[in-house]
Amino acid sequence: MDISGFIPTGIEISYLVATALFFIGLKYLGSPATARQGNTIAAVGMLLAVVGTLLNAGVVNYSAIFLSIAIGTAIGAIGAYKVSMTEMPQMVGLLNGLGGGASTLIAVAEFLRGLPAAEVPSIDSRVTLILSILIGGITLTGSLIAFAKLQELMSGSPITFPLQQPVNILLFASFVVGSGYFLNAPKDEAIFLGLTAIALILGVLFVLPIGGADMPVVVSLLNSFSGIAAAAAGFVLMNNILIIAGALVGASGIILTQIMCKGMNRSLSSVLFGAFGGVKSGKGGAGGKQEDRTARSVDAEECAMMLGYAQSVVIVPGYGMAVAQAQHSVRELADQLDRLGVDVKYAIHPVAGRMPGHMNVLLAEANVPYPQLYDMDDINTQFDRVDVALVIGANDVVNPAARSDSNSPIFGMPILDVDKAKHTIIIKRGMSTGFAGVENELFYLDKTMMLFGSAKDVVGKLVSEIKQL
Amino acid sequence: MSSTLIAALFVFLLATLAGAEVINKVPPTLHTPLMSGSNAISGIAVIGALLVAGNPGDNLITILGSIAIVLATINVVGGFLVTDRMLQMFKKKETKVS
Repeated sequence: MDISGFIPTGIEISYLVATALFFIGLKYLGSPATARQGNTIAAVGMLLAVVGTLLNAGVVNYSAIFLSIAIGTAIGAIGAYKVSMTEMPQMVGLLNGLGGGASTLIAVAEFLRGLPAAEVPSIDSRVTLILSILIGGITLTGSLIAFAKLQELMSGSPITFPLQQPVNILLFASFVVGSGYFLNAPKDEAIFLGLTAIALILGVLFVLPIGGADMPVVVSLLNSFSGIAAAAAGFVLMNNILIIAGALVGASGIILTQIMCKGMNRSLSSVLFGAFGGVKSGKGGAGGKQEDRTARSVDAEECAMMLGYAQSVVIVPGYGMAVAQAQHSVRELADQLDRLGVDVKYAIHPVAGRMPGHMNVLLAEANVPYPQLYDMDDINTQFDRVDVALVIGANDVVNPAARSDSNSPIFGMPILDVDKAKHTIIIKRGMSTGFAGVENELFYLDKTMMLFGSAKDVVGKLVSEIKQL
Repeated sequence: MSSTLIAALFVFLLATLAGAEVINKVPPTLHTPLMSGSNAISGIAVIGALLVAGNPGDNLITILGSIAIVLATINVVGGFLVTDRMLQMFKKKETKVS
């Protein structure tokens, strides 16, 4: 049944305007000065499209609709205000999944609607139904797994099991075969639900083997998927606004994914199919000669002296800062240093944290002035003039092996050249490796000092020490 | 393939190309808001969910449609609000500096 055929012109026009607002909103979101306005414009577009749809002559179940909208709005609004900035990656991950879930449900409901009808669905709608449950299902469960990993409901490290690839291939093959069968038997409820189940399982298996450090890529990829899933649902309903808005989001997600992959110098396929875990064990052996080296551990007092009497300090935040929620203490530290006349800058690696722009959001929350934040390319030329580089909970993004050791799994990844600074202080919980599971020779350099402890406690101690200077 | 599907494919293709053009060159600060904002737009599935739940059909379809509305509305409302919250933070800081 082609629902859109009954929609009066006025409603189509509301869709048209909404589409324009989405484009303008997204355009504005890309520039700092207009971003907030852009978000509002897009939200107005969405409201317009919803109101337009509610005026649709075919819509009757108003009570069910308004109840559902009220529930969704309440949960969404509470969630948006309660979530802390540190939890933003999992929030975005979860929202991606909900969009995918909605798209999947639309496809399933449309299939069920077609069942009692005498005529068989056209070949077009069979194909779009299959694609819709495939993309929607993967988005749903993939995002839920990503959420669980980010929320630490499950281990963030890559989860692999024997015969993983063959199982994946077998599942995918059975999806293809099942699809072929469904194309010939479009009324077969069992096969359709079976296909849906396979899509859901594929989503789980797709994200399980992906480790924490690769999360920025996965989150942006799932963001893209959630758009494509909406577009696929649009094909099922033959509704232009779903197709357009979905395609728009699909494209933006892909662009972010590319930026993230570039930040790690890895191809998308190596992130998706080559879990770091496989490389990890191999590298452990190669690190043999590093074991006799010792890292120099210092206390907060000594660090405070170094920082306080430095001329320029560059702070390099990483996931450890996010986990410890240390951004406010870090800001306080920077304020104290500023008081002593120290020039403080922040160096932001493109893939620091668990989602694109993670560090920027956290530092913005702590009111760090924007001009103090430097991108990797801008700050790297300055490190040789920096007195102290203070690395807070970052590891792989400052590992010089990425520059020099062609055997290292992270070789080629662009890094922040903190080893070029006169001194490096590393705040870290212990000597453990980063998510890539690679030894960091930076820790063993003569000019490197390790300050062990949770980022928040240690930075707090530094602040009180510096206050006494 | 029907002409409706062909037309829809054209729409999809053009929207993808236009989208890629619009979003090029975003500064890293805006990566997260761009992602959560576009994520909210992907909640456009709510329109589809409204059509599914709103059109007469048997109970199961209405229930599935209603669940889809709830999920998509959370996506839309949560996405836009959380993006606004983040961008508000950026704003506050910028005015403070200048």
